[in-house]
Amino acid sequence: MSEYILELNGITKRFSGVKALDHVYFKLKAGEIHALMGENGAGKSTFIKIITGVHEADEGEILLDGQPVNFKNPNEAKRAGIAAIYQHVTCYPDLSVTENIFMGHERIAKGSKRILWKEMHEEAQRLLEELGASFSPKTQMGALSVAEQQIVEIAKALSMDARIIIMDEPTAALSSRESEELYRITEQLRDRGAAIIFISHRFEDMYRLASKVTVFRDSKYIGTWKTDEISKSELIVAMVGREITQLFPKKDVAIGEELLRVEGLGRTGYFADVSFTIHRGEIVGLTGLVGSGRTEVCETLFGIQTPDQGQIWLKGRKTRIKSPAQAMRKGIAYLPEDRQKQGLVLDWSISDNITLPSLWQISRKGWTHKKKEREVAKELAERLGVKARTIFDLVSSLSGGNQQKVVFAKLLAMDIDVLILDEPTKGVDVGAKSAIYEIISELAAQGLGILMVSSEMPEVIGMCDKVLVMREGRITASLDRSELSQENILAAAMAD
Amino acid sequence: MNSRTIEQKMDFSWRRFFLQWEWMLLAVFIAVNIINANLSDYYLDFTNLRDAMMSFLDKAFIVLPMVLVMIMGDIDISVGSTVALSAVVMADLYNKGVPMVPAMLICLLTGTICGWLNGWLIVRFKELSSVIVTLSTMIIYRGIAYILLEDQAAGGFPSWFSNLGWGYIGSVPIIVVVFVVFAVIFSLLLHKSVLGRWIYAIGNNSTSSRYSGVQVDRIKILVFTLTGFMAAVAALFLTARMGSTRPNIAMGYELEVIAMVVLGGISTSGGKGRMIGAIIAVFLIGYLRYGLGLINVQAQALLIIIGLLLILAVMLPKLKPGNRKQA
Amino acid sequence: MDSYDTGKTAVAAAGSTAVKRKVAWSSYAARFRELGLLFFIVLLCMIIQLRNPSFLTWDNIQDLVNNTAILSILSVGMMMVIITRGIDLSVGAILALSGMISAMTVSEYPGTPPMLALLLGAVIGIVCGSIIGFLVSKMDLLPIIATLGMMNVYRGLTYLISDGSWVSAHQMSEAFKKLGTGTWLGISYLVWFAVLVYVIAYYFITHTRTGRQIYAVGSNPEAARISGIQMNRILWLVYAIMGGLSGMAGVLWVAKFASAQGDTATGYELSVIAACVVGGVSIAGGVGKLSGVLLGAILLGIINNALPLINVSPFWQMGIQGAIILAAVLINAVIKRGVDRTHLMRRNI
Repeated sequence: MSEYILELNGITKRFSGVKALDHVYFKLKAGEIHALMGENGAGKSTFIKIITGVHEADEGEILLDGQPVNFKNPNEAKRAGIAAIYQHVTCYPDLSVTENIFMGHERIAKGSKRILWKEMHEEAQRLLEELGASFSPKTQMGALSVAEQQIVEIAKALSMDARIIIMDEPTAALSSRESEELYRITEQLRDRGAAIIFISHRFEDMYRLASKVTVFRDSKYIGTWKTDEISKSELIVAMVGREITQLFPKKDVAIGEELLRVEGLGRTGYFADVSFTIHRGEIVGLTGLVGSGRTEVCETLFGIQTPDQGQIWLKGRKTRIKSPAQAMRKGIAYLPEDRQKQGLVLDWSISDNITLPSLWQISRKGWTHKKKEREVAKELAERLGVKARTIFDLVSSLSGGNQQKVVFAKLLAMDIDVLILDEPTKGVDVGAKSAIYEIISELAAQGLGILMVSSEMPEVIGMCDKVLVMREGRITASLDRSELSQENILAAAMAD
Repeated sequence: MNSRTIEQKMDFSWRRFFLQWEWMLLAVFIAVNIINANLSDYYLDFTNLRDAMMSFLDKAFIVLPMVLVMIMGDIDISVGSTVALSAVVMADLYNKGVPMVPAMLICLLTGTICGWLNGWLIVRFKELSSVIVTLSTMIIYRGIAYILLEDQAAGGFPSWFSNLGWGYIGSVPIIVVVFVVFAVIFSLLLHKSVLGRWIYAIGNNSTSSRYSGVQVDRIKILVFTLTGFMAAVAALFLTARMGSTRPNIAMGYELEVIAMVVLGGISTSGGKGRMIGAIIAVFLIGYLRYGLGLINVQAQALLIIIGLLLILAVMLPKLKPGNRKQA
Repeated sequence: MDSYDTGKTAVAAAGSTAVKRKVAWSSYAARFRELGLLFFIVLLCMIIQLRNPSFLTWDNIQDLVNNTAILSILSVGMMMVIITRGIDLSVGAILALSGMISAMTVSEYPGTPPMLALLLGAVIGIVCGSIIGFLVSKMDLLPIIATLGMMNVYRGLTYLISDGSWVSAHQMSEAFKKLGTGTWLGISYLVWFAVLVYVIAYYFITHTRTGRQIYAVGSNPEAARISGIQMNRILWLVYAIMGGLSGMAGVLWVAKFASAQGDTATGYELSVIAACVVGGVSIAGGVGKLSGVLLGAILLGIINNALPLINVSPFWQMGIQGAIILAAVLINAVIKRGVDRTHLMRRNI
């Protein structure tokens, strides 16, 4: 019997030649909470997928109780006692809580294979009570809050007698009170002897819960420390591998006239009472935890959703924005959070993607003007430094950073005043990141007003003139550049 | 910010050029003709081949907008019913004393309204797919046709009207001339206009398109409305050819039209395909049908063949390794 | 719920009262949809009864129930298909094909036991359905395309094997026709078959893992894949079941009407789909109850049966059916929106 319940040695995973994991190590003991940290794209999610049998590793070995194992599908991992709880709960919204808990391992009668509903409901009730939940197991899953759904997922892990529980950013979408509840449950699981891998972007989570922390960076294993032996700043250095201040090419730009003013904006169920202004040359950051309503505010400004309350002034004129097309006509452009689903047509060429929003302006009275399109696309792609051979390359063949540059190029093909950026560097490698920061600064210098949503604290601090912090649908702080610090932002982003 | 240059020229590859679906279709089309010519001595007769077009081109009017619908990733199975309703409304009005020309205009209007309603419902109720919406309206439109005409036939149109179905301009059938005009218009619309590019964008990724300022809802309504209008055009020619109309005309048109579009290389998941492919497919199925008719193959056997063609046309590209689209 | 703080209610309260009333109405409607449907059916019956007193007579009720039996059997299969986010347009064609083949078998070999004929029909149906299942699951064809294509293939085959002729009453044995007309304990075999189908289906979809997986696949295909449910097998299965039920229904149909024709049950799939959507089966997948589907089938049966009784021309039937389908899917959509809104409120920030 090994000292470790789970051991991963030299795991490597490639996706079409690109290494998503490069010789990483991880050791987990029973009754331990082990944090896994790293920036976006550091390889954490691939790592989980290998442990849970979604992907198979190309190299390296996985030892479970000292015995080598090779999970070919999620079921095998599940049977070995490994369960994962994700930030976005993958549930069956139309089915009951009981069914969600027992899906895939229903209690069935020995001979007839009949599902034993009564037993399952009782068992579910017991598990939920144990976890301190007060809803009935017969509730429909879709009617629960995210926090409640996560409790169901934990109950599911318990019902399978999971010995290894992976929690992937479970607190990201929770209020602090709900997070507190989750901490309590997590500790309870640990005390029962479960081994827990806790993935989080929140240092608080880590210091509060974990006894050890492992850091990945750029698909590589960086190291493992005891949490009481490593400071936050040391951890940050381990995660980013550099001094964060050097990265940001923020230019000093004279702040010009007011471009956009929002007063008391609200949308039932998403956010309320949001007010701020953006001036020419200004970069305004909008931060807060995932699910705090940031994206919804952006989408409302861009006409994807319609507000229930509040007013929007554009260059001093009160205005209503009913559709993205209208927003663009009024000079507002939006770089959406999900590049692949919202930003690009992946099967299209760079050129066609760049010209899509401005196609009408480039056209000859509605008939496409291929030559002009090519010129516009080429000019913008070069200006933004898209790395590609021809403008006819499919964007699906580009790296994340280059794809993001194509999205920028799309927006710049139009005549705009206000640029809304939703997580502009998400899933982008380090080199491309600084290129994107350079683009953003340049645009601000040219007199655009920029609203930048970001979860990455250094980026917000490094780039913005003013930062708005949202929590639970409301703006809780508006910080000037002089007041910006991780501590101030965190304090405003996290509850009471 | 960066002075790196990017090529502006597209690489031309003969291999890619010849691997296009349309060439295969053309080859099959020629093969069908050769086989037909060998099976029947009457086949390769210019007059016959020309006049055969009169019997299948009415469906082709619907194929044109259906290409747009399916490239958008939608489907419209109410087209047969729209044809029936437009034709029945026209015949009913004419028999009640409305002059022919206004009746024809109302026929076009009826089809247009039917199409618009489809589009409006699909856009207004996003949670409903175009399958279920047009399935319901398919029943409703034909249901209304039955209510108007019960199981009667209505006809007795002025003699000039039948020229639409049987007349010639010079030695070319009128229907062929009109079809060519529409085919050119639709091809230009799809391949040369901004609207066409937007339609492809919607079919590839409607979310992205919306975020890029494409007015997805309006375009959808427009395309479905066009489909209804073209179904009414088909109704005019069909009624003119048959001399009368019944509520049960154009039964199963949706199958044949969709089969032609899919066979023409338009992906059922949207975003891919070209007008020319569908046009070749129209002639392929049309002449296949005509040739089989000459050697006395039953109409029912044709049902089987068209059904199988539809399924094979969707299956074939998926069987090619590495080309399987994710569901 | 103790984990909700008061800040949330403040935002929720900002919503207008009109919104709130709508929320209450729609979640109420969702919860009591079967009761509502039942109420509507009773109301409809009363109206029809007032206009024609011969509606609620024993004979007519029996007639109505017998006519609805086949529809209700098919609705069970269609419900499972729609729950997986699919649709099957080939029902009428499979019904006709298996009805024709079994009728021809019976007329060729008059000694064929009726149960064997029924089995034959079911087997033909299962084969037809499996082909569609294969196309949908393994070949990734859209259900609408696969079933539209195969519907015509099966319909064409029916004409081809019968050579366009009919199998009529005198060519069938009395024992065979009994399948459709006979009674046991005063209730027709058709109804007994339907009861049997519902009992088995109830057990299957509520008490077996495979049955529950049908719901899982429809409710969230992505999660189903992750949790290791064999999607292809489930999809295949539902189309095979639909085919099997259609095949069985084909034999019952032929026995009941004592004739098999090439155009038997043309467009019948539309009634079946109507019964399902009226019964609350969600086109978006994952939702559907047998009780609802049964009520939906009964409602459609009443409408089909009662129109002539209250002097509505039979030519109105199709239009009414279409309107019912459209109204049902629209109402479902509106209720769903309301329910989602309620959930959102509960989840409120």
